[in-house]
Amino acid sequence: MAGTSKSLELPQPLTLDGGGKLARATLAYETYGELDADKSNAILLCHALTGDQYVASQHPVTGKPGWWERMVGPGKPIDTDRYQVICANVIGSCMGSSGPASEAEDGEPYAMRFPVITIRDMVRALVGLLDELGIEKLHAVVGGSMGGMQALSLAANWPDLAERVLVIASTSRHSAQNIAFHELGRQAIMADPRWNGGDYYGGEAPDNGLAVARMAAHITYLSEEALTEKFGRNLQDREAKSFGFDADFQVESYLRYQGSGFTRRFDANSYLYITRAMDYFDLAEEHGGKLADAFAGTEARFCLVSFDSDWLYPTSESRHVVRALNAAGAAVSFVELSAPHGHDSFLLDVPALDRVVKGFLDG
Amino acid sequence: MTLRSDLAAIASQIEPKTRVLDIGCGDGALLANLRDTKHVDARGMEIDGSCVERCVAQGLSVVQGDANRDLADYPDKGFDYTVLSQTLQTATRPDQMLDQLLRVGRQAFVSFPNFAHWRTRSALMLGGRMPVTRAIPVSWYETPNIHHVTVKDFRELAREKDAHIEREWFFSNGKPVSGGSNWRAEFAVFQLSR
Repeated sequence: MAGTSKSLELPQPLTLDGGGKLARATLAYETYGELDADKSNAILLCHALTGDQYVASQHPVTGKPGWWERMVGPGKPIDTDRYQVICANVIGSCMGSSGPASEAEDGEPYAMRFPVITIRDMVRALVGLLDELGIEKLHAVVGGSMGGMQALSLAANWPDLAERVLVIASTSRHSAQNIAFHELGRQAIMADPRWNGGDYYGGEAPDNGLAVARMAAHITYLSEEALTEKFGRNLQDREAKSFGFDADFQVESYLRYQGSGFTRRFDANSYLYITRAMDYFDLAEEHGGKLADAFAGTEARFCLVSFDSDWLYPTSESRHVVRALNAAGAAVSFVELSAPHGHDSFLLDVPALDRVVKGFLDG
Repeated sequence: MTLRSDLAAIASQIEPKTRVLDIGCGDGALLANLRDTKHVDARGMEIDGSCVERCVAQGLSVVQGDANRDLADYPDKGFDYTVLSQTLQTATRPDQMLDQLLRVGRQAFVSFPNFAHWRTRSALMLGGRMPVTRAIPVSWYETPNIHHVTVKDFRELAREKDAHIEREWFFSNGKPVSGGSNWRAEFAVFQLSR
């Protein structure tokens, strides 16, 4: 379907958790469906680490369909005949919203002069966008993975904004293992000589480092079962091992393809900034160390979904949030769905997820 | 949709606009009924993911969880009523679960198949086999029922737990039974408080 592409500069400088402000914060966003006269049918959709606002419309760089076409559209589980879906590129990213590749006051790209941001900063910018659009109440905020973190952050910090909060395959905090994988990716980027302290705009970008970061991350998005099912030990376009270091195995070839494809659409510095924001995320820490306090007095209805094959943000992380919501007396649903694809299940064909999403949003 | 007789008895006692937690809520029949007819703030817990999925698809707030473990996460007296229908006999420790029901809810409803029903007794006494009856339809080796209980046993447990029995109902073949309940009731429902 066709989305409506827009861009908006927030009227006030954006206050940041790390101290300081981001002047001229710009948000690029897509909308799908029509807003009611009383502006009560908006759903804010929050994207994941390397996602963007092109939820259900063709990606301008890759030409590929939107990343959640199967979920969002007329008659789909998130039904754009009923709701207006709004999705903005998060700040720090590189698809039109302010990020390290954007121009600073001096006309040069920010690069590493861009301030370090948090998940709450991303959400603060999204709330600023909603203010500009005159939306005071969301029918729902919805997100998977990092999008789920934003949904939780919005529910905790702007408790009256969303009536429903749908969090899929996500967590309330980054674990040591999560941080470790992100650090691996960041070090791969920064070890690429072309990274050059972040100053590579106008020259050659650190594509090799970014590709390695993507390869490592991609492994965490899949289950062992999915990798085995898809590739096993099959060789790539050859009858025998080469006794060299080409991509002999299909899984190697696949990861290289994923890595190089990613560099065509994503900025390495954005990858540094956004993974940092995710690593800093700990919703309990923001609320005196007790997660239940983050949700005290909330009137919103929550729904959390995890997948049994997701080892990046496993079911135990969703249960941890559910426990806190129960302790806070919130209306919460939780289900662990069975799907073989690992963390990426939230983007793939899992009919049970469609039913849960539709039931929760329409109920 | 008509409710199962034990659930109908429970629903009849629940005041409108109260808060209810149904533990082992299955496909959410009681919760949906209470929400739609009495504007109850109805929540559920269910161990079976496909049941939870059906509940959420109806717009109910249901958490996938194991009542043996996860009831501890709920605050004291967070609900006006807790409901445990046909689940007590599957609990690891029914006595501890009863404590949790009375901690989380001001009132608790418990329903269970009565193992002292005459059909069960005669199956065991005359047949010498573990009973498989209308009320207990699954063979001993695959039944989820690990703690069979009788009406007398439950009254004794309630007494030991200082739980006051507010009301009790007995059913056989979906119809009320009065008198000789420990012999004649296939199912029992108790309303308790503490």
